[in-house]
Amino acid sequence: MDALLKKQLEIAATKVRMGVIEGVHAAKAGHPGGSLSIADTLTYIYMHRMNVNPEQPDMPERDRLVLSKGHTAPALYAVLAERGFFPAEELKTLRKIGSRLQGHPSMGKLPGIDMSTGSLGQGISAACGMALSAKLSDDYYRVYAILGDGEIEEGQVWEAAMFAAHYKLDNLVAVVDNNGLQIDGKISDVMSPYPIDEKFKAFGWNVVCIDGHDFDQIEKAFDEAERTIGKPTVIIQKSVKGKGVSFMENQVGWHGKAPNDEEYAIAMKELGDHLAALEK
Amino acid sequence: MEKKATRDSYGEALVMLAEKRPDLVVMDADLAAATKTGIFKKAHPDRFIDCGIAEANMMGVAAGIASTGKLVFASSFAMFAAGRAFEVVRNSIGYPHLNVKIGATHAGISVGEDGASHQCNEDIALMRAIPGMTVINPADDVEAKAAVLAMADYVGPTYMRFGRLAAPIFNDPATYKFEVGKGIQLKDGKDITIIATGLMVAEAIEAGKALAEQGIDARIINIHTIKPIDRDIIVKAAKETGKIITVEEHSVIGGLGSAVADVVTEECPVPVIKIGVKDVFGHSGPAVDLLKEFGLCADNIVAVTKAALGK
Repeated sequence: MDALLKKQLEIAATKVRMGVIEGVHAAKAGHPGGSLSIADTLTYIYMHRMNVNPEQPDMPERDRLVLSKGHTAPALYAVLAERGFFPAEELKTLRKIGSRLQGHPSMGKLPGIDMSTGSLGQGISAACGMALSAKLSDDYYRVYAILGDGEIEEGQVWEAAMFAAHYKLDNLVAVVDNNGLQIDGKISDVMSPYPIDEKFKAFGWNVVCIDGHDFDQIEKAFDEAERTIGKPTVIIQKSVKGKGVSFMENQVGWHGKAPNDEEYAIAMKELGDHLAALEK
Repeated sequence: MEKKATRDSYGEALVMLAEKRPDLVVMDADLAAATKTGIFKKAHPDRFIDCGIAEANMMGVAAGIASTGKLVFASSFAMFAAGRAFEVVRNSIGYPHLNVKIGATHAGISVGEDGASHQCNEDIALMRAIPGMTVINPADDVEAKAAVLAMADYVGPTYMRFGRLAAPIFNDPATYKFEVGKGIQLKDGKDITIIATGLMVAEAIEAGKALAEQGIDARIINIHTIKPIDRDIIVKAAKETGKIITVEEHSVIGGLGSAVADVVTEECPVPVIKIGVKDVFGHSGPAVDLLKEFGLCADNIVAVTKAALGK
């Protein structure tokens, strides 16, 4: 990846993280931890990879993204705002009555949301349906599904994994955000889904393992997915829950908790300083 | 009277539909031979998707297909379509109001020998509780085919219930017209109203004839659309006949009887007596014998009606 693009993506991802904190703080609720761990990859997908048009959010030939780990909607909303689907100011309406920014993504309410999600394990199935639909009518759009590592404890994920391989959905890319934590603790303690890579391999997927905060590796993974014919690709990304905000990093307590005013100020200062350094 | 199971009507109607809807996709979960989507599979293998024994995933995949604008029918037994996959239907189809048609066969106790594990008497209750879900329970071959064709043109999530047991074909294909949300008065009457749905409509017609011979003038209404229900026809019946019997091959909790009672209690309170499966599980046996045992037959409708009238 060239240095300029990388810097642009890093700047965008930092703005996205600030949008996450902005929204969750204003809502006094929400899920910052997993939103921050997926922020880089979501930024990459929407800002660089996907064929989408904020002016025509429903264009039939668009690429689609299903946030199967729907509770990290603050990240998706911040990325969509960054991409121009709606004004960033609206992020502060997160979870409020009358807002288009529901606690979990609701399609039809907000431009750019391709599927309503929130109940874990379901989004990957819908993504399979979109990818299959493209195959049935010789359309060329691609479909991205974002899963949590705790989410893959849901049995439906593996029904979908079997389905995607069986129907050779090479236009489908799943991302497993392996930040290692779920509500009740470490995923390895609560209900270990490991080895994630071997499981997907056994289900017939092309598997790529990367660092989810390294844009070079992210780009290579998506390039490989696009080159892979005849099977779906899963990108398993090691990530840091709460990434970018020092006191949230790797802390399970920040899975589903909003920062108070003081914490908000510290988080925004950290991210703001990082942004200023990038923009210098 | 000629008989046909409405699951056969479903499979045949899908083939009829394929001619005018090139965007039609039919899905099943390893039950194509039983749900009769196999008829469609044979005619249009390129538009048939088998999901294997994974109903939850099938409903999610159907939602994804529908989101891209295609018309999709997802099929399984009622037990698995409405039961096992309930939460996927609720969250991935109902909540985003996607245009998925759920074709659920083997509904009710008339599944027969397979027994209680497969006899779904709760599907109407589950599906009608989902906001925006249309619930259709056709009574015979003519109505089932017409309903499939009509609902293909209707945009929105729809649950369609079909049976395994051959049902008498009492509607005339030359004159029958299916209108979603509209009940059909099959016989006028002033003494009492019998409102039936699905397989029980033919039994209600028989009961109406037997009651007439005994001097009881019962109004007979077929409700094929349980949601949205035809409030007008129910209120009119309540006002004009003063008493209502409901008959369904479903639990008395949450089905047709409950839907009718919801309307009656709000708009014109009169007694509503529910004939259905009385909060018990079924068991194995020939379908016709089970229907008799559980009171889902003309004889019992006659008996309950007479008792309701104190005769």
